Amino acid sequence: MVRRLGPLEVAAVATIALLALAALAPGVLAPGDPLAIDPLSSFESPSFAHPFGTDESGRDIYTRVVHGTGASLLIGLAATAIGIGLALAFGLLAGFGPRWLDFGTTRVIEVLFAFPGLLFALLFIVVYGPGVVTSTIAVGLSTAPGYARIIRSQVIRVRTSPYLEAATVLGRGRTARIVRHVLPNVAGALFVLATLGIGQSIVWASSLSYLGLGAVPPAAEWGAMLSAGRTYIASFWWMTFFPGLFIVLSAAATTLLGRSLQQNVRAS
Amino acid sequence: MTALLEVRGLDVRFAGAAASVVKDVSFDVQPGECIGIVGESGSGKSVTARAVLGLASRTATVRAETLRFDGTDLQAASPRLLRQLRGKEIGFVSQGALVALDPLRTVGREIGDALRLHTDLSPTERRARVLELLAEVGVPEPRVRADQRADQLSGGLRQRAIIASAIALRPRLLIADEPTTALDSTVQAGILDLLESLRAQGTALVLISHDLAVVSRLASTVLVMRGGTVVESGNTARVLGDPQHDYTRQLIAAVPTDRPRGTRLGAAPRPAALSPGAPTAAASSGNSGVMPATIAFEAETPVRPSLTPEFAKDAPFDGATTPAETTDATADVVLEASGLVRRFGSRTAVDDVGFVLRRGRTLGVVGESGSGKTTVARLVLALERADSGTVRVLGERWSESTERERRRLRPRIGAIYQDALSSFDPRWTVGQIIEDALTRGRSRRAGEDAAHLLDRVGLGPELLGRRPRLLSGGQQQRVAIARAIAPRPDIIVCDEPVSSLDVSVQAQVLDLLDDLQASLGISYLFISHDLGVIRHVSDDVLVMRAGAVVEGGNTESVFLRPSHEYTRALLDSAPRLPARAAAT
Repeated sequence: MVRRLGPLEVAAVATIALLALAALAPGVLAPGDPLAIDPLSSFESPSFAHPFGTDESGRDIYTRVVHGTGASLLIGLAATAIGIGLALAFGLLAGFGPRWLDFGTTRVIEVLFAFPGLLFALLFIVVYGPGVVTSTIAVGLSTAPGYARIIRSQVIRVRTSPYLEAATVLGRGRTARIVRHVLPNVAGALFVLATLGIGQSIVWASSLSYLGLGAVPPAAEWGAMLSAGRTYIASFWWMTFFPGLFIVLSAAATTLLGRSLQQNVRAS
Repeated sequence: MTALLEVRGLDVRFAGAAASVVKDVSFDVQPGECIGIVGESGSGKSVTARAVLGLASRTATVRAETLRFDGTDLQAASPRLLRQLRGKEIGFVSQGALVALDPLRTVGREIGDALRLHTDLSPTERRARVLELLAEVGVPEPRVRADQRADQLSGGLRQRAIIASAIALRPRLLIADEPTTALDSTVQAGILDLLESLRAQGTALVLISHDLAVVSRLASTVLVMRGGTVVESGNTARVLGDPQHDYTRQLIAAVPTDRPRGTRLGAAPRPAALSPGAPTAAASSGNSGVMPATIAFEAETPVRPSLTPEFAKDAPFDGATTPAETTDATADVVLEASGLVRRFGSRTAVDDVGFVLRRGRTLGVVGESGSGKTTVARLVLALERADSGTVRVLGERWSESTERERRRLRPRIGAIYQDALSSFDPRWTVGQIIEDALTRGRSRRAGEDAAHLLDRVGLGPELLGRRPRLLSGGQQQRVAIARAIAPRPDIIVCDEPVSSLDVSVQAQVLDLLDDLQASLGISYLFISHDLGVIRHVSDDVLVMRAGAVVEGGNTESVFLRPSHEYTRALLDSAPRLPARAAAT
């Protein structure tokens, strides 16, 4: 039933594979030390020795971008996991709990929806202080309401389906129905949502780092690198261009893959 | 007399398909004549109609030796001329009356469209004409109805509105594709009367239906189609009375109308092992009036005569409940409902319904849509809470219990539905579905597995790994039946289990249910809108109308001597085959 992959999808999968390699074993792609400074060769433009150029302290940007992949992807994945996890709990409560609970959670979600996500994340960081962990949680929290709405509708779709009724007629209890029917049937949509969400989370986490609220320099994280390069953007474009390119690449690749999964799920 | 519509050697092939879906179909329609095209789904009858109209899909190639309407060659006609003809000269009433109207436009505008496109009438004149048309097709209060939208009309009124728009320009030919399929029998009767009166006024009709009885009421000539070819055609009375082709005979035999309980509808004989103690009904009516066993239905391939003697021995109630006991009025009561009431808002969906179902018997519930049949089924299954009244299952508390308390008894009462496919988890294979149901059963017997159950419902083990959506409708319903019998239930609630199946497949499923009842002693609460099916399967029957039971009792006496006028109206409205054909 799976459609043949188009060239864009193949490119997306290849990009993700490369990013995963960079995240898991950065030393393979860039054996150097991302923090090693070399003041003599600062601000060098891209060359054979430094494909992405160097920064103000002479650190190799290519090495830093590769080594930053892990942090950026991890933040993106963790934030998405937090968002989806919360949303799943909410969605199941709303879909299976008593009617007042559904009403209550739905209203709360709608109120949260009224805030722009990033604003909500900023608010959270203002309260709990900046840092990688808080910014991850903040991104996760702020994406949760969107997921929760979709998951709730999916849960309700399955809960009211004839096959769930058939399971009731066979004498299955509520837990068994959720575990055997609802979760597996919601999982497909969930997986698509997660894949689509990772890109967004990476962008948001980088935005927070850029604002100095997430990872802080000299850590090799894409958002933080963008932030550091901002001062020199007029003269040394490569300092911001390459980390930015990777943010865009990773977000685009995961989103493309998510879209393609979504179409496959719909088609089947 | 020259024919109004002349079709010779019509051939339709879809791009990429190996074979034509319509092969060498020829027929003539004279002015004022009605010809019927009968066939099961996939037989090519709708494609034929669409090809004639020039509405076959873009990917289809239509070829014919002759395709002429009133002397005009339709194959050579420009799209513009075809559009002209379609609006003015040839009317089309499509299947799916319920979706053929634009939900955002009023009925009056919808009908007025034809007039606006093809006549020079002023808006006021158009309005007047629309009201006339609505009155003509029997829509009450046309003035009110013309300003309503499709969702405010009942199915019957919508179908009448569609016919009104099709005849707005007084076409000389009206093509109706399954015009009454989604409608209740009393409504259907009204629509057929309307079509007949149009025909009597000189409109030629092409009536397409899967229902032989519907076609036989109007058509003077009938074409029986199968697999894209016409297998038999001719005068309706001749074809039904003296069918020449095996397939026509199968179709006629499969119609359950007026065929009493115990008669088999399908071609396969009842396995001898299944009638221990020679149940009276089965023995007396035997295979009389049924086809020779050599004719096998090909529509439903992997159907095997499967119930071997060991299975009969395996049956849980062997000896205890032979079907002979089903005639015993003192047989134990397995299901008892009394004073059931269910309201939805201000509407009373079920109003004081009570009945008793005994072991090994079938209670039929018949009524039109909205009569509360399905709500009764849901109340019995405790999927819906009754506002008052009680249901007892096997003599135990049921409707007043909590779901937790009921769970112990759940496996004893199963269900099968009209739409079998949607009752299966889309992620599961046939094997998983049946395995899951088996684990719910009472003490599972050694060697009893999913393959064994599939065999009982006449399916091969090769289906175990398949997903239900890749199966045919009949196979899906068989899998649903296998799931229902897996936990060894005492009762199965059947909610319109054969309503969406072709008539020959329907016959096989009804026979299967009958066999299982004979071997397992299961009691059925059988819900259907189809009087023929109800009469065929039920020992006793309840006739429902607007939530209430208007009449109940022994099936044959209700059908032969209905005491309530609604029952009489319902029976009269049911289209049936001419007596001679039914007796063949």
